Order: sequence, then structure tokens, then C-alpha cells
Amino acid sequence: MQEHRSPLTLSVLCIGIALLYLPILALIVYSFNASPLLNVWGGFSTTWYAALLHNRQLLRAALLSLEVAVTASTVALVLGTLAAISLVRWARFPGRLLLTGMVNAPLVMPEIITGITQLLLFVSMLQLIGWPHRGFVTIVLSHVAFCAAYVTITVQSRLQAADRSLEEAAMDLGATPAQAFIDVTLPIIAPALLSSWLLSLTLSLDDLVISSFVAGPGASTLPMVIYSKIKLGVSPDVNALATVIIAVVGACVIGGGYLMRRAEQRKLAEMRLVTE
Amino acid sequence: MSRASRQGARWLLILPPLAFLTIFFLVPFAFALKISFAETAARVPPFTDILTRTPEHHLQLTLSLANYKFLLTDEIYGLAYLYSLKTALFSTLICLALGFPMAYAIARAARSVQGILLIIIILPFWTSFLLRVYALESIIGDTGLLNTALLKLGLIHQPLHIMRTSLAMYIGIVYSYLPFMVLPLFATLEKLDPTLLEAAADLGSPPWRVFLDVTVPLSIPGVIAGSMLVFIPAVGEFVIPSLLGGPNNLMIGRVLWDEFFSNHDWPVASAVAIAFLVLLVGPIAIYQYYNVRQLEA
Repeated sequence: MQEHRSPLTLSVLCIGIALLYLPILALIVYSFNASPLLNVWGGFSTTWYAALLHNRQLLRAALLSLEVAVTASTVALVLGTLAAISLVRWARFPGRLLLTGMVNAPLVMPEIITGITQLLLFVSMLQLIGWPHRGFVTIVLSHVAFCAAYVTITVQSRLQAADRSLEEAAMDLGATPAQAFIDVTLPIIAPALLSSWLLSLTLSLDDLVISSFVAGPGASTLPMVIYSKIKLGVSPDVNALATVIIAVVGACVIGGGYLMRRAEQRKLAEMRLVTE
Repeated sequence: MSRASRQGARWLLILPPLAFLTIFFLVPFAFALKISFAETAARVPPFTDILTRTPEHHLQLTLSLANYKFLLTDEIYGLAYLYSLKTALFSTLICLALGFPMAYAIARAARSVQGILLIIIILPFWTSFLLRVYALESIIGDTGLLNTALLKLGLIHQPLHIMRTSLAMYIGIVYSYLPFMVLPLFATLEKLDPTLLEAAADLGSPPWRVFLDVTVPLSIPGVIAGSMLVFIPAVGEFVIPSLLGGPNNLMIGRVLWDEFFSNHDWPVASAVAIAFLVLLVGPIAIYQYYNVRQLEA
């Protein structure tokens, strides 16, 4: 589209962006509020950050969430990539339609339904085969299921765009299909793998609804603890915690994006060197 | 490599995700269906078996339709379902009204600015959804920034009560899902061929007619994609009605949650889930299936 700026659309854009960021900024500012009352400014203070370090319940929940997120997104990365390769490389195999449906369904499925049905599965399995007990394992299993869907879709589009002839050339030169895939295609889809792993990580860290159903009474993830704190009323340490989370995630996303962009630019430069 | 071992290697890739998703995503729905025909029981887990063994060692299948009948007779479920549809529909329209000009402005911005604007739109999506919804209270709460600003300006004399109303819920949904509307709209608007606009202008159309006759029809795919991405999660939303909505703003997700955690009625909750699935996700899945087939054809 040609460059043309109309004041109306531009102002809506600015208002929209301001809307998106204002609440987060307010949250960060209030996390340094000395007053325990939300929204009433009582001077600058880092009390709530200090309080965070002594809140064992929050720290334990944060640790559990991190363990769940790293485990679930790593398993989801493997399963989702396998599914993406299968769907892109083979036009027909028994169960293809089923697999396509199952990687797309989590995107349109209300979380609350996924949560309830998975809980019913885990409870019935425990009754039938004595496994799994609700806790870390069930949370990881349910997170893998929805993260794998996002991984598959991200990697799938990248694989479709990847040039198949490069891999074929490698095989003509004597590489086995596995070698050709690892040496040629894997580096091409690496950025997609990294970004889908990061996406899985944030989705898992953020999940409240599904975890609440499948976690059982013993285990509480960070969002579950935050949710119950918010429900109970004013809890200024949540602001400090939120700021820490936003800062960490923001740094990861911006840092990851920067690294990915640099790698891509380097690859482009190399390719130009080869073709010239 | 022989054909047979190649086939075997192929299944080594296909089978793990296929088996995992079947067991942990598909099979759960079968259990939900089964339990929706059971009855509540005071035991762990809190429902009866639908398959029992009679004293003569025959298998006996007891299907109870009581849960579904209950959904039809107790009007709270029907009302919550309709209310969820209404809320999601209006939120989608507001997102569209706000998102279209935003996407339009980004599509028309200079290339160098475009990338930055897109990152700005996507970035909030990476921060916690729960915390973003919570953060809204510092804006729209009784002592929030909005009220403080309006009071200071002398526009109002008493703080507006927005929290725990349907208005707060709309603000929450629009705020949370706006990026989902902007991105697909941008994707279609960006691909719009500028020569078509020029041609229409050359033939004498005023700018607003060019917009209505060329831009709008060509952006329909983006409108549909964005609307689905907002509407679907909004219908089943739990966090927003729970944290921002009032006691009267009964969305189906909240009813389902309460049925489960407050009433401990697992069979009724299963029936609600199955009914919701059939009434909402079913039509969307069919629509998408045909949409994909049409695109491929």
C-alpha cells in the first residue's frame, strides 16, 4: 500500500497503542508505591519487592511454574515438530486428518472445556491404571497438549516455506534423509523452533484455567496463586511480582527477537556471498 | 533404504504426536461424554459408573439423561450461553471498529515504521494475560487513573463505578483481544494492490467510495479471521468475567467453573461442556473445514 497518512486512522492507532500499554505502565508504577492501597500514591518504595523474597508460597509456586513450563515446552517442541514434519512431508497417511484436527482444535477450544475434559481423563485413568496422580505430571501433560498445537502451526508454516530442493541436493551428494534433514533443514527452521519454544514457555507460564482443573489440591502454579490473591482483595506484592515477570519476559522476548534477527541477517549476508 | 524400513521410519515420526494428542486431547472428550450421562455420587471421583456389573455378571449400561434435562429446565445455563454470545459479539464489533483503523494506519505507514508498530502491537501478547486483566483495575477502578483524571478535570463529581459491571468486562475483552483483530486485518490490508485504489480514484470515485467499494470488500478475509480470533476465546472467557464482571454478568465459562469448584457437580459440568462444544465449537470447526477446503481449491 502506498504511503499516505490520514489523521483519523493515525490517531486511532495512537489511542489503541496507548490503551494497550497504559494498564501495564500503571501496574509497574504502582509496584513502587509505599502505600498498601491500590491506586493511592504514598511515595516511592521497594517494600513489596523485599516482601516478595520472603513469600515462600509465591516462590514455591514460581518454581513449580518454571519447572512445568520448561518441561512442557521442551516436550511440546519435540512432539509439535514431529507433527509439523509429518504434515508437511507426507500428503497422505492414515490419521492425517485426525492429526490436522487435533493440532488446530486447541486454538478454537475454550480453555475451560479442555481443562474439564482433561481432568476427567486423569481422574478416570487414576481409577483404571493407578496413574497419574494429580500434580506436576498432570499439569505438564495438559500443557504439552496445547503447546504442541502452537509449535506445530509455527513450524509447519516455516517448513512449507523452506526449499525442499536443498535437502534433495544433500541426498544426491550422499547424505541419508536424516543427515540431510539435520544438516540442511534444521538450521533453516531453527528460528521457528526457538520462537515456538518461547511461545510455549509463555503460554504455559501464563495458563490459569487448565492448570486450575488438572493441578489437584497439592500443587499450585504461579497464576493460580496470583488469581486467588487478586480474588481475595488488595495485595500490593502482586504488583511487584507482575513487574518482575513482565521485565523478565520482556527481556527474553526482545533479546530473543534481536538474536534471531541478527542470525537471520548473517545468513542473508552469507547467502549473498555465495550467490555473488 | 528399503521401502519397508522407510515406512517404519515414517511412523517413528508420526506416531508420537498422533498418540499423545489422541490420548490427552481427544480421549478426554469421550470421558466427558461418558460422565455427562452419569449421576453425582458422594464418593471419589464424585460420579456413578455408567457401566456396572449385575449380580449375574452381566454388564449393565445405565445412561442418565437427567443432566441434559437439567440444562434445559434450569434457565441459568441458556441465559448464560446467550449472554456469552452477546458479549462476545459486541466485543468483536468494538475490536473491529478500533482495530480496522489501526491496521489501516500500520499498513499505510512507511516500511521501516511498520515493523516497529507490529512489534508494539504483539508485545503485550507475550506478557501475562492474567496480569494484564488485573492491571486494568488501576485504570478503571473507583480510585483508578481514569476516575482521578476525570475528577481533577472537573468533568465528574463522583467516581464512576466501572469495575464489576458489564462495561468493565467489555473493556477487558477489547483490551485483551485487540491485537488478535489488528494482526490478520493488517495482513490482508498490506497485500491490497494500490493500483486498484488508484484506478478507482482515476475513474472519479471520491476517497470514501474507494474505501467502501474497494478496500472494505477486499479486506473481508482479514475481517473474518480477526473476528473469529476475538469471538471464540471471548465466548468461553473465564478470567475477565471473574475479575472484572459483576455477580450478574454470568458468562458460560464462569457458570462452568462454579459448577465444578463450588457445586462439585461433575456430571452437570460435563454436560455443560459437551453442550457448549456442540453448540459453539461444532459450527466453527465445520466452517473452518469448508473454509480451508475452499482456499485449497
